[in-house]
Amino acid sequence: MIRFENVHKSFGKHEVLKGIDAEVDKGQVMCLIGASGSGKSTMLRCVNGLEDYQSGRISIDGETVDAHSSSIHAIRTRVAMVFQRFNLFPHMTALQNVMEGPIHVLGENRDEVRARAEEHLRRVGLAEKMDFYPTALSGGQQQRVAIARALAMRPDAILLDEPTSALDPEMVGEVLSVLRDLAQERMTMLIVTHEIQFAREVADGVIFLDQGRIAEHGSAEAVLSKPTHPRTQDFLRRVTHPV
Amino acid sequence: MSPLFERIQEYLPLLVTGLWQTVAVTLLSLVLASALGLVWALMRSSGTRWLSLPARYIVEFLRGIPILVVLFYIYFVMPELGLDLTAFQAGVVGLALTYSCYIGETFRGGIEAVDRGQVEAAKSIGMRHGKMMRRIVLPQAFRIALPPYGNNMVMLLKDSSQVSVISVAELTMQGKMLASSTFDNMTVFTMVAALYLCLTIPLNILMRRVELKMGAAT
Repeated sequence: MIRFENVHKSFGKHEVLKGIDAEVDKGQVMCLIGASGSGKSTMLRCVNGLEDYQSGRISIDGETVDAHSSSIHAIRTRVAMVFQRFNLFPHMTALQNVMEGPIHVLGENRDEVRARAEEHLRRVGLAEKMDFYPTALSGGQQQRVAIARALAMRPDAILLDEPTSALDPEMVGEVLSVLRDLAQERMTMLIVTHEIQFAREVADGVIFLDQGRIAEHGSAEAVLSKPTHPRTQDFLRRVTHPV
Repeated sequence: MSPLFERIQEYLPLLVTGLWQTVAVTLLSLVLASALGLVWALMRSSGTRWLSLPARYIVEFLRGIPILVVLFYIYFVMPELGLDLTAFQAGVVGLALTYSCYIGETFRGGIEAVDRGQVEAAKSIGMRHGKMMRRIVLPQAFRIALPPYGNNMVMLLKDSSQVSVISVAELTMQGKMLASSTFDNMTVFTMVAALYLCLTIPLNILMRRVELKMGAAT
C-alpha cells in the first residue's frame, strides 16, 4: 500500500536517505527503528509530503507522492499523521480538534462528524475530556486526542512519529494500548518508535535504518530477536539494556 | 487674565472638537493600517517569492521615509499627479501607510512565532495554505501579536498629532492655534496633554484586559 522505491533524500549536501526500498501492505503494522539521525523520521515524513525527496518514488496505492504537486492535499487526507509532540490545535477543544479535518477539509456534515468524533474520543478513553482545551490535558491524553484526530479522517493508513517519546513514563502505556487496539483492527500503520517491546508485540514487520540505509528488514521476530546485522545487534543491545 | 477655571471652560470646547478629530483620524487609519498590515504579513509569509519579495520592498521603502515627509508628499505632491485629497484624507492615508509597516511586522512576528508543529498538523490533515492560515495559524498569531499590536495602537494615536502639519484640525492643531491666539501656553498644552492621556490610559487598560482574557482562554 505504501511503497518506497530507491528513495533518496538530502538536506543540502547531507544525504539522509540513501536509496530506500520498502513496502507496507494494507492492514500491516510496520515499525521503523534506528538510532537518532538514521533517517527514520525523515522517511516517515516523506510519505505525506511534509518532506520532499530528490529521487526514487514513494507511492500510495500506486499514486506517486509529490510534496510539490497539488495532489498532495488529497493524499494527506488518506494518510493521517500523529506527531511526537502531539501538535493539537491549542485554540480548540479536544472535540473541535477531532472535528476540524472532517468538517473543514473533507466538508462533511457537522452532526455526523460530531457523533463520529465523540465516538473516537470515547474509544481512546476521553469521553470525559471532550470539551477540554489541550493545555488542560496531560501528555498522554493529548496524544490520544491526536490519535482520535487522525482516525476521524477515516484514513487508509496512519503515520506515527515517535508517538510516545515526549510522554512521561507513566503515560506511555495508555497510548500504546490505544495503538495495540488499532493494530488488532488491522489499521495500516507505519510507526517510528523506540519501544522495542511494543514493536515485538504488534509489528508485522520491522525496518532497521542505519545512516540512511535499510540495514535490516523483516518480521518483528526476525529483526528484533535474531538480528543478523551487527549494527542492529548493537542498537538493540543498547536500547534494551541501557547502561 | 481671567481665573484658571474660566479659561479651562473657555478652551475646552475647541479642544474637544480637536479630540474627536484625533479619534476619527486614529480609528480610520488604524483600520486601514491593520488591513494593509495583514496583507503585507500574509504576503511575506506566503512562501512564494513573487509575493514575499514585493511586500518586503514595500515595507522597507515606507519604513525608510519619515512620517512627516509621507504626509507632505501625499498632501502637496499627489495633487500635482492628479490625486487631490483633503487634509483629513491625506492624514489618514499617510498614517495608515506608515503604520501598515509596523503593524505588518507585528503580525508577521506573530505568524512566525506560531509553532512549526501547528503548520505540520494542519498540513497533515490535508489543509491548503489559505485555510490553514485562516483557521490554525492566524488565530494563534493574533494572540501572540496582541501586546505589540496594542503598542502600535498607542503609538498611532500619539503620532496622529503629526497630521497637524498638513492642517488637520485635530487636538494638537487646535492646541497650537489656541495657544498662539491666547498666549496661554501653559494652560492650553497642559490641557492638550491631559486630553491625550484621557485616550491613551484607557486604551492601555483595555489592552491589558483583552490580553488577560485571551491568555486565560488557552
